[in-house]
This record gives sequence, structure tokens and C-alpha cells, in this order.
Amino acid sequence: MNGDALLKLDHITVAYGAIKALKDISLSVNEGEIVTLIGANGAGKSTTLRTISGLLKPQEGKVYFKGHDISGKKPHVIVQQGISQAPEGRGIFANLSTEDNLEMGAYSRKDKESIQRDKEHVFHIFPILQERRKQEAGTLSGGEQQMLTISRALMARPKLLLLDEPSLGLAPQIIKQIFKVIQEINQQGTTILLVEQNANMALHIAHKAYVLETGKIVLQGKAQDLLNNPDVKKAYLGE
Amino acid sequence: MEEFVQHLINGISLGSIYGLVAIGYTMVYGILKLINFAHGDVYMMSTFFGFYFARWLGFAYTPSVIGALIILFLAMAACALLGFTIERFAYRPLRKMPRLNLLITAIGVSLLLENGGQILFGADPKFFPELIQRAELFRIGDISISNFQVIIIVVSLSFMALLQYIIFHTKTGKAMQAVSFHHENASLMGIDIDRIISFTFVLGSALAAAAGILVGLAYPRIDPLMGVLFGLKAFVAAVLGGIGSVPGAIVGALIMGLSEEMVVGYFSSTYRDALAFFLLIVILLVKPTGLFGKSTSEKV
Repeated sequence: MNGDALLKLDHITVAYGAIKALKDISLSVNEGEIVTLIGANGAGKSTTLRTISGLLKPQEGKVYFKGHDISGKKPHVIVQQGISQAPEGRGIFANLSTEDNLEMGAYSRKDKESIQRDKEHVFHIFPILQERRKQEAGTLSGGEQQMLTISRALMARPKLLLLDEPSLGLAPQIIKQIFKVIQEINQQGTTILLVEQNANMALHIAHKAYVLETGKIVLQGKAQDLLNNPDVKKAYLGE
Repeated sequence: MEEFVQHLINGISLGSIYGLVAIGYTMVYGILKLINFAHGDVYMMSTFFGFYFARWLGFAYTPSVIGALIILFLAMAACALLGFTIERFAYRPLRKMPRLNLLITAIGVSLLLENGGQILFGADPKFFPELIQRAELFRIGDISISNFQVIIIVVSLSFMALLQYIIFHTKTGKAMQAVSFHHENASLMGIDIDRIISFTFVLGSALAAAAGILVGLAYPRIDPLMGVLFGLKAFVAAVLGGIGSVPGAIVGALIMGLSEEMVVGYFSSTYRDALAFFLLIVILLVKPTGLFGKSTSEKV
């Protein structure tokens, strides 16, 4: 394992009561990479992200970010340290306006001017959000809500962005658009850990990939290699 | 007609006091889905804080506006601290438990304050000092408006306006809305949930304290059980408006105050307290989510 990885999970075990959701997971994400975590429903992908964000505490193992142990820290502290998450099922605040949702994304920042600049930046990435600025976020379409979730996570100016199923329930055209944006975000310097069921799309933009099956990492390697791996092809790419 | 206008004014002033207490119920419900049964007792405690502060500081014997304001703010600060303490030590340790545990604890805290109050202050009613001298401000025909009614309405409305501003126009207020919508997702924004919940209790308790002092002025008989029925009515007002909604609590409270005053004026004061429960039954039958309540449905 790389010693100076941006994020490192070291033998993580997480349980919901008696049921172990993650068993001895180790993975690392280097600065500048897109790393994807693929696997079937219930394999433990979201649990992994929830553990990194501090929503779940690992029973065993440690999470290191920039070399520091962050396991067991509270979620808001982890955001302040530079990890933000666009949660599964979008998780927008339906009762707040689009703009207020973005403002919440920047909650732990104080520099008003650069927050304003970042807001304009996400409006530039997703112009539709600017149109919907004053609209209650609950009235946005599914695709728009997903754009808002990603934008909101970006507003924290994370070093590491966690994306949980950004393609879930979206039309193919919008998925393409969103994946293009994910790549752009990465090229502008944000490291990304992407959880996806849409393995095909994810492997095409990722540098590195891990395959998760019932709470265990069963396969890992360069995304390009996994795309050509016969087992992965059969199980996740539908070929 | 003049009688009606008089009842209208009395009703609005009573309703705005209910409103200050109802807001606390609705905010805590919004953020924790907890009916904070101890809230009416925090309101009661405020009248006793006011009572003792006024004696210690000497304002009880020399009525003055400044003195009244100092007592108001001291009582608000004391109750804010009380609300903070209740949440921190009684509710927070149970937050991850089933909600029923929290509810039972709230009833426990309520009983503690009521019975503790009886031990500390005595069960006999006390008379709240006259911090400001009652005076008739003006009279139109038979309609009489006292300075107390004006004070109650002006103070209540100012605090409500301030609260609206905090909730809808400040970062902390928006964070309160975010937390009440979804705790986990709010924490993923970097919001410290514990702090926001504490802040909600501080705010709600301070407003209940303001209501306590206003009631002490206008209806000076205070006793350790005075929060029970008053709190229950304020809670019904919050349900009436749609629990979880701050504007709803204010409207519900005004309806409650007005109907109570009209029932007393035109029927019989015997039905004064029954009315609250009549309103509760009607709203639960006709529109269980309350006037401003939203039925919760989420886009998936």
C-alpha cells in the first residue's frame, strides 16, 4: 500500500448489530485520482462511504486522511478536514431553495467572497441550477437534484469528494453529462472516490477500481485492466 | 360591536402569548420529532425566575420600564440555560434510542420541574410583582386598551419577527431547517448537529420565558403547576397550525387565543379550557397535518 495516500482504509470492519457489512476492507486513494468502488446492491459500497464520512464507526481498523487517523471523528469535523460527500438518494434539503442548499454545502467556510465565486463556478458547470436558484429544491427534477447534490458537495471545497451512486435513477443522457462533469472536477484537482452500480461508466473514467462483494474486496486494480477482466465483464458489465 | 372589538383585542394579546410558547414546541418537534412535554414548565419557571430576580434587584417595589426589560432579559437568559441543560443532560444521551424513550423522559423532566417547583417555591400561588403600572392607554367608546395589551402584542410580535429572520435569513437558521429535514445529510454539510439542536432549545426556551414574564405582568397569579394547562394549549395551537411549522404555530396560537376569548365572552368561561381540546379533535378529524402542515412525501 502507498504510504502517502490521500485516503487510506486500513482493515476496516463495520457491523450493523450482529451483521457485518464490511469485512476487513483495505483501500487507498492517491491524490488526483478517480477511484471507483463497484459492486452489486448491498455489497457495502455506501457503508464504506458512510464510514469514511464518520456516519458509521468502524469496529476494527482505521481510516487515515492525509496521514491522520480520522476514524471515529464526527461527520462535521471530517468535512472541515476536507472530505465531502454527495450522499446516495441525493439527500437534498427539499425544504430549502437551490441556492440555500449550496450555501449549506459551504457551511464550514467563512470566506464569503470565494464562496460566491464557487457558487458561480457550479452555476457555470450546471447552468440549469442557476435558473432554479430560488426554487425549492424539492421541486427539482431527479437529474437536477443530482446536479445539486454534487454541486453542494463541491461547495465545501473538498480535497476528496465522495460520490454515492450519482447515476442512480437518471436517464442515460443525463448520466453521460454528469460523468463528464465528474471527470472535469477531477481534472481541476479534486480527488474522487466514486461508488457506482453502473460499472461500465465508472470504470471508463476511473484510474483505479475496487470490486466489492458482500462486504469484502474481491478484486482490485487499474480500471482499464478490470474493464478487460473476464470475471468483471460477466458479473458487472453484462457481457 | 364594541364588545366584539374588545374581545378581539384581548384574544390577540392572549394568542400572541400562546404563540411564543407554541413556537418552542414546534421547533423542537421539527428538529427532533419530540413533543417536549417539559416546555410548558420552562414557561412556568420563567415566571418564578422573574419573581425572584425582581425581588433581589428591587424592581418589585419600584415599577419601571427599564426594570421590566431587565427582568425580561434575565428570565430569558435563565430559561435559555435551563432549556440548554435539559437537552444536554436529559435528551441528548437518548437521541439514538427509540423515540418513545425520549418522550417518556420529557414527561419525567416535566414532572421534575413541576414537583421540584412545588418544593422550592411552595405550592401556594404567588403574586408576580407589578413591574409596570397598569394603565389604560386609550378608550374608544367602551373599548379599553391597556398598556399591558400593547406591551404583550408588541413584545410578542417583535420576538416572532426576530425569530422568522433568524430561521429564514441567517446561516444558522438555514442549518436548523437542514437539520430538521435530515440529520445525517446535514452533518455531511459540516453542520454540527449537536450545536444546532442546543441552539433550538435555547431559542425556544427564551421565547417561552418571554411569554412567562408577559403573563406574569398581565395575570399575576403564578404557581408551579401553571405551565401544565397553558403548555398543553400552546401545544394544541402548534398542532392546529401544523406541528413543525413556525408560521403555523403563530397562526394556530392566534386562533386559539381568539376562540378562547370569544367562548368566554359569548358562551361561558366554564368552556374556556374545553375549547382547546375541542379544537384539537376538530383539526385531527379534518386536517391532521394542521393548517400549514405538509404531508411528507419524498421524491426518490
